Amino acid sequence: MSHLLREHAPITAEGWKRIDEEAQARLLPGLAARRLIDFSGPHGWERSATNLGRVEDADVSELKGVEANRRVVLPLLELRSRFQISRAELRAGDRGAEDVDFADLDVAAQRIVEAENEAVFHSWQKAGVAGIASSSPHPPIVRKKSFEDYSGCVARAVELLLRSGIAGPYGVALGGEDYTSVVETAEHGGYPLLEHLRQIVKGPLVWAPGVKGAIVLSMRGGDFAFESGQDLSVGYEAHDAETVSLYIEESYSFRVLTPEAAVAIVAPKGR
Amino acid sequence: MGFDQYHEPPEELPEQTRTFARLCASLTEEAEAIGWYEQRLAVERDPEAVAVMSDAVGEEYKHFSMDLEFLLRRTPKWREIAQGVLFQEGDIVEHGEEAEAEADEGPEGDAPGAGSRAAGGAASAGESLGIGSLRGEGL
Repeated sequence: MSHLLREHAPITAEGWKRIDEEAQARLLPGLAARRLIDFSGPHGWERSATNLGRVEDADVSELKGVEANRRVVLPLLELRSRFQISRAELRAGDRGAEDVDFADLDVAAQRIVEAENEAVFHSWQKAGVAGIASSSPHPPIVRKKSFEDYSGCVARAVELLLRSGIAGPYGVALGGEDYTSVVETAEHGGYPLLEHLRQIVKGPLVWAPGVKGAIVLSMRGGDFAFESGQDLSVGYEAHDAETVSLYIEESYSFRVLTPEAAVAIVAPKGR
Repeated sequence: MGFDQYHEPPEELPEQTRTFARLCASLTEEAEAIGWYEQRLAVERDPEAVAVMSDAVGEEYKHFSMDLEFLLRRTPKWREIAQGVLFQEGDIVEHGEEAEAEADEGPEGDAPGAGSRAAGGAASAGESLGIGSLRGEGL
């Protein structure tokens, strides 16, 4: 039995299938990091840390003549987003209802998507995750309020990467506002902004909920490493006569190997 | 040659399933190559030719293993069964039967059509939802 304890839930096999399908459908669109950076794993729930190949500077030996150095590792982070499903809704699903209420699951899925994106693209300091934008030595490029010259911002970001010796193809993680504007905007002459950006970066443009502004990054590989322990899964926590408490969970580490391989695009201040 | 790896019309298949089919075809080709080298090495008498082909078959072992690992990562139930069979001492058939029975136990294994997202089946057949890498997918 796995630690997810799914066997203990009062949920039929068909019910689990519906829950997993709903979770997958809600998770997939927003998982931006996995579309842009190197993904390793899943290595399993037992994986606790990523090997960094380094040791701490301090000699911690307590015996003269013997050196002792502690290895430095990057601990995996466990993310868990809880939700509840009504048992009456589960029973309805088993009877063939096609409109089972998974609203709480949908919210939980969106929360964990945003958490993954936020930690990877910005940072989660308390969790020890240094994200892509916060690690970049390049000054952020400030776009115009109206999204005018957005293609120019992306072009400047690519030029900055090229000047730093960072080869393409490049991809762009677009936060909510930036994504909407890119999709709906036509430049002078009516040419879609989306098409223009595609030509500039030669890689995917990705909706990234949780990202503030946008981040242009190299997709040549080897610059950003996402190491999955337990990949996104649904587990069981508890139940009573009315509801079943479940959670979406994953464990992973993230590290920036080449900080200069990304440039952030930010909104102007005072908006 | 064409597109023989597809059993169903490719335009009706999701992208992940097409990738899965390509890797299955690649796995088959590597296994065939291993079988061919085994036969060639069994009859070759020139030691230099044997050395060259021994080196070449090592490449095929590597390719086969990488293909297999890719497919297992995207097919949780297959992975679960493989874990019960591969690198185990003892009776292979017995391990296979036990691993299959264990994988079929529990809610995930019972789910009809259970497989991975990559295989185009249901979401979960083991530990996770089988999402993994989505690299390159976007607008």
